Amino acid sequence: MSELLEKIGLCIEFGKINNASVYPPNMRGEDGADELTKRAIEEGVNPGDVLNKALIPGMDRVGQKFSENKIFVPQMLMAAKAMSAAMKHIQPFFQSGAVKQKGTFIIGTVAGDLHDIGKNLVAMMIEGSGWEVIDLGVDVNSNQFMEALKENPGSAIGLSALLTTTMVNMEKIVADINAFSSDSKILIGGAPVNTDFCEKIGADFYSPDPQGAVAYLNSLT
Amino acid sequence: MKFKKLAINNPEDLYFGTAPNPVKTPRGLIIGGGNIYPELNFTLPAMSIDKNDYSAVIKQYREIVTDALKHAVHLYSDGVVLELETLIEMTQIPQMGIDIVKTMNEICEENFIKHGLKSEIRLTPNDLREFERPPKQRTSKYLEPMMELFEKGALAGGNLLSIESTGGKEISDDALMMCDIKQFIFSQAVLGARDMNMLWEKIVAIANKTGTIAGGDTACGFGNTAMVLAEKKYIPKVFAAMARIATVVRTLVAVEQGAKGPDKDCGYEGPFLKAISGIPISMEGKSSACAHFSPLGNVAAACADLWSNESVQNIKLLAGMAPTVSMEQLQYDTRLMNQAVKGGKQEILQLQKLFVNSDIYFDPQAFILSPKSVIEISKEIVAGENYIDATKRGCLKGLSLIEDAFKDGTLLQDEKEDSWIEMLKDDIGSISVNESDFVESVLPTIDQSKVILSEYGL
Repeated sequence: MSELLEKIGLCIEFGKINNASVYPPNMRGEDGADELTKRAIEEGVNPGDVLNKALIPGMDRVGQKFSENKIFVPQMLMAAKAMSAAMKHIQPFFQSGAVKQKGTFIIGTVAGDLHDIGKNLVAMMIEGSGWEVIDLGVDVNSNQFMEALKENPGSAIGLSALLTTTMVNMEKIVADINAFSSDSKILIGGAPVNTDFCEKIGADFYSPDPQGAVAYLNSLT
Repeated sequence: MKFKKLAINNPEDLYFGTAPNPVKTPRGLIIGGGNIYPELNFTLPAMSIDKNDYSAVIKQYREIVTDALKHAVHLYSDGVVLELETLIEMTQIPQMGIDIVKTMNEICEENFIKHGLKSEIRLTPNDLREFERPPKQRTSKYLEPMMELFEKGALAGGNLLSIESTGGKEISDDALMMCDIKQFIFSQAVLGARDMNMLWEKIVAIANKTGTIAGGDTACGFGNTAMVLAEKKYIPKVFAAMARIATVVRTLVAVEQGAKGPDKDCGYEGPFLKAISGIPISMEGKSSACAHFSPLGNVAAACADLWSNESVQNIKLLAGMAPTVSMEQLQYDTRLMNQAVKGGKQEILQLQKLFVNSDIYFDPQAFILSPKSVIEISKEIVAGENYIDATKRGCLKGLSLIEDAFKDGTLLQDEKEDSWIEMLKDDIGSISVNESDFVESVLPTIDQSKVILSEYGL
């Protein structure tokens, strides 16, 4: 059984989604995270073990390699896709309580700002590390964040901005969220913001890169 | 493809300050006519924009331009281009953008009359269409305020018209993150080129109607996104270099439609446009580090006709306000280049050699911008039978040059990137140059909910 979990972990680490996927070239024709996870569940492996002993450790290794600049984002994202393929077999067990996700993360680019590539990167990496991610998109105002928070109480929230003129919108949204739910953790990111600004507006954490956001969220669990 | 041959055939004829088809502006700048001028760009500090009372915004722009031009006069400047790249609100409410242009133009005129300082405003409305997801490139309600700002802003003194258009961006962002070169080329040579044809027909018509100059576009949202991702080590540099080449044809479409230049500063595809079409170009390098990092600090100047700082916030630095600091940096950069111009072609090429050789060893993105690479790649581009073929040929040529340079040691190799060359070669080589076939092959691989093909005439 541990051999199967090890194989699943390797599929995550190297981004092998399923049998049909051509990436990575040295694993062509082999079963991927999709088939192997399905088999593990069918063979009676505890879904919690699949998650905690194969999937998350696989993603942790990917995250480590990325932090050390040994792989690029697309390789990280292939790993995240492999993780998603495996997760669909685990998903039913979340509702029963047999398996728990790390938490829910709501993310969006603040009102007046349309930049989303950085926000998308953060969302994908956080999802890959075992969080449920609700991506509200771009040009997101306070009401939209709070509606999502009402539907998902206790979620962590990520705000992104790239323009100097939308930093003020970020400040307002953070104030609104804090007034609504003072225990929600708020992360911010984007070119014009920094730790000082984060502290000034009452957010909880600033990260200059996606890895920092993942590490911070994981530290909350 | 309208352009079937190059305007500049030899690398030694591709250099800064001179373009085969220079552009003369109303206040007498001759861009590409020998001298190189600074192009100053700036943005607001962290502040909110009140749509009902934007006097604080106008005040900021008045102060920026007044101070920067005063310093230009102090430094004996021959001339300056000031770019107003609007923020979202300034395009949504065209009158705000128009009022800023008017304010800037009054200060330009005052300095022209009092001091003989030749300056012009490049008006660059931001592309609002990406507000809608998926974007409606042709039927968007946002096209109207954009075009109103172009026309009325031109009449208010925006004599050079540009845009950083976004056709294809709904596909290119994901393509860049996944390093999918086929999808990226689809976003540029199919979606981007189609959008550029539609958009630039309108912009050129406005320029003709208002007696202004259709400058050019930039693939900033595509090529520079790739560059920034590579700088952060998120994607391979060699992929970013291919992305850069893949942007050339879509930006060239503006010239096909009648843009005269100067092409916009953040379009590092500019040297290819200059070689192919002969229009003057604006470029940015080390002096744009106030806005973003790049591996192109010196080589970007090799064939620039305007030299830009990209953008800087109006904040106080030790020396003075940041835009005025940028003004000084650009002024000294261009003064050096103009000194070489005074010395004749050999001195120009000598300085250019230093610009080029100091950068091209370190990064394939810099390597492909050397005049030699630009000419070789451009020759392949104009040999293409259509936009896709031209893009494919350009990319394959660039890849071959990079591969050779890795082999002979003239380009620093990163073993982490080695496997990407073969993958890119296979992927680009397999692209069908027939548009219908190419589109058919790409569609199943993309998230089709993100794009409305009919908005591109597909």
